[in-house]
Amino acid sequence: MPKIMGLTGDEAIAYAAKQSKVDVVAAYPITPQTIIVEAFSEYVHNGEVHTEFVCVESEHSAMSACIGASLAGARVFTASSSQGLALMHEMLYIASGLRCPIVMGVVNRALSAPINIHGDHSDMMGSRDCGWIQIYCENSQEAYDWVLQAFKIAEDHEVLLPVTVNIDGFILSHALERVEVYDDGDVEKFLSIRNAPFKLDPDNPFTVGALCFTDYYFEIKRQQVEALKNAPPVIDKVNKEFEGLTGKKYSYINTYGLEDAEAAVLCLGSTAGTAKAVAKKLRSQGKRVGVIKPWVYRPFPSEHLLQTLGNLKALAVLDRAICPGAPYGALCSDVVSTLYDNGKQLKVFNAVYGLGGRDITPFDIEAIFNEAMDVAKTGIVKEPLKFVGVRE
Amino acid sequence: MSKESKLGWKKIPIGGLLFEPGSAMQYKTGDWRAFKPIVDQGKCINCLLCWIYCPDAAIVRKEKFIDINYDYCKGCGICANECPVKAITMVEEKK
Amino acid sequence: MLVEVRWHGRGGQGIVTVSRLLAYAALLDGKYVQAFPEFGPERRGAPVTGYTRISDEPITIHSHIYNPHVVVIVDPTLIGTVNMTLGLVKDGTIVANTEKDSTTLKQNLRAEKAKIFTVNATRIALDVLGRPIYNTAMLGALVKASPIVTLDSIDKVVKERFPGAVGEKNVAVIKRAYEEAEKVE
Repeated sequence: MPKIMGLTGDEAIAYAAKQSKVDVVAAYPITPQTIIVEAFSEYVHNGEVHTEFVCVESEHSAMSACIGASLAGARVFTASSSQGLALMHEMLYIASGLRCPIVMGVVNRALSAPINIHGDHSDMMGSRDCGWIQIYCENSQEAYDWVLQAFKIAEDHEVLLPVTVNIDGFILSHALERVEVYDDGDVEKFLSIRNAPFKLDPDNPFTVGALCFTDYYFEIKRQQVEALKNAPPVIDKVNKEFEGLTGKKYSYINTYGLEDAEAAVLCLGSTAGTAKAVAKKLRSQGKRVGVIKPWVYRPFPSEHLLQTLGNLKALAVLDRAICPGAPYGALCSDVVSTLYDNGKQLKVFNAVYGLGGRDITPFDIEAIFNEAMDVAKTGIVKEPLKFVGVRE
Repeated sequence: MSKESKLGWKKIPIGGLLFEPGSAMQYKTGDWRAFKPIVDQGKCINCLLCWIYCPDAAIVRKEKFIDINYDYCKGCGICANECPVKAITMVEEKK
Repeated sequence: MLVEVRWHGRGGQGIVTVSRLLAYAALLDGKYVQAFPEFGPERRGAPVTGYTRISDEPITIHSHIYNPHVVVIVDPTLIGTVNMTLGLVKDGTIVANTEKDSTTLKQNLRAEKAKIFTVNATRIALDVLGRPIYNTAMLGALVKASPIVTLDSIDKVVKERFPGAVGEKNVAVIKRAYEEAEKVE
C-alpha cells in the first residue's frame, strides 16, 4: 500500500534514492540542492541505508568519485545545482563517455554572474550536450517517480548512460507537496540490485580511460549517440513496468488538451503545471488551447512530438534559459528543427522567461496563450523571440 | 595505416574500455629510436639505477649485468645519463 | 476548491514551519497541498512570508500566490508596516495576532470587505509556553476563522512535529487560540 507523505522536491528525490538502495553517494552541498544531500546523510547516520557516503571537497571530486564507484559496479547517486554542476562539467562528459549509469538530481538554478540562487534552466542547458539522459519534472511526485525509473533506465545494458532528474530550484525543491510513496518492498521488486556488465576487479583487470586519438575517438562518440538512440524503447519498457506497479503513466511527453487544441504552450518542468491551470480556465471559456511538456529532454523526443501536434496551428515554446546570440532558446531550437521540413503548417514563437527565478505568473501565461491564439488565427508571428516578464 | 584495418564503432567495446589486460605489450615502440643504448657488460656493476629510471621498463635484469629490450626501448638516453660507471653509450641508429 | 493562504511574520518566528504544519494537517484530511516560503535572503527579524495552498483536487499551479483567500498575521508589529491585504480576494479572511481594538485594526489594515478575526496569540503563548513563540497559536485562530482543515489533524501533526511535552503544550495553545479567536464586527 502506498502512503501519502508531505515532501519537498528535494526530500522526494532523497527518499527515492534511499528506496533505490544506492551503494555510493558522493556529493557536495549547494543551494537549493542541499536538502537532498542533507536528508541522505541523515539516512546514513540513522543506519536506514547501507550506502557509502563519500564527503568530497568539490563537485568535480564528487562526480569523479561517482565515476569510480560506478565503474566498480555500484549503483551511484549524486545531486548538484548551478555553479556546482558547472564545476562538474568536465566530469559529466567523462561519466557518459565511460558509460557510467549514475543518477543525479539536478536542482535547476541560475548561473552567475550576477550571483543568484533561484530557479532557471541555465545550469542544465549549459551542460545540455554532456551525453546524459535528461528528465524534467513538474512536481515532487514526478521527481520521486522519475528517480526510481532513472536507475532502471540508466543501468539497462542497452543504454548504460547517466541520467539527470531535473527539478526547478526553490519552486519545487523547497515546496512541500503531496507525494504518494510506494512500499520499500514494491520498489525493491521494481528495481533489483544493479547487474553491471563489467566492473573493476583486481582479478580480472581491464583498462579505463585509454587514449583515443584520431583513430578511435570518433567511433566511441558515435557509440554514445547510439546509446541515446537505444534509450527510447528502454524508457518505454520501464514506464510500462512502473505503471504496472503504481498505476502512474509516464512517457517522453505529457500533454493537456491537445485533442482539439489550436494553440499550445510547450515548456519544461513546473511551469507546465501553471500552464495547465491557465489552459483549464481558458478551455472552460471555450478556447482551444493545450500544453505540451516534454518529460524527457535528451534524447529529444522528436517523433513523439510530431505525433502529439494534432491540429495545432500555433505553438509558443517557453525557454527558462537563454542561448545568447542564437536565434532561439535551446528548447525552441530543438522544436523548430524537429518541425522543419516535415510538412506541418505550424507557426512557432519563443518566449524566454523566468531567468534568475523571476516568477512566471498565470497572467503571463494567459498573455502567451492569447498571443498564440492570435498567431493561430492570423498565421503571422510578429516576434519570433520575446522576453516575458522582464522590465523594459 | 589504412582506414580499413581498424574496427568500426559497432565492433569495438563501449566507452573505449580495453578488456584485455596488458595489451600495451603489443605496441612495440622500439622503432621510435634515433639513438640506441649499448651496454658494455664488462663495465656494468649491476647497480640497477638504469632499471629504476627507465620510463619504459625496457631494462632487463640479468644475474651479473643488465640488458636492454630493444622492442620497447625508445632511446631516450636516461639510462646512459644515470649510469654511474658510464657502461651505457648512445649510438646513432642505422636504419 | 482551492484555498490559498499567505502567512506574514518575521525571520525566526517559524513562518515556514507553520505554513507546512497547515499543509501536513490538510494531507491528513485527504487534501492536496503545497507549502512554500517566500524565497529570499533569510535573516532573523526581517519581514517574511510563507504560503500554503490546499485543494480537493491535484494542484498544478506553481507560481507565487497573488490573490490569497486567507492572510494570517503572525507578528503583530508588522501591522501598518507591510501591506498585508495586497491581492487579498474581496471576501477574503484576515486572521491577526493583535491586541488592537477593531476600529484601529480595520483602519490599519485598510480592508473594508474582508472578514477579520483577531486573537491575542502573544498572550496565549506567554501564558502556556512561557515563551513568545506564537506561530502555532495562529493555526487555532485560522481554523476558527476558516475551517479549511480539522482541528484534530492540526493536533496530530503538531504532536508529531514536536514530540512530548512541547507538543502537548502547543496543542493547548492551539485549543485556547481557537476558543479565544473572535470575529471583528
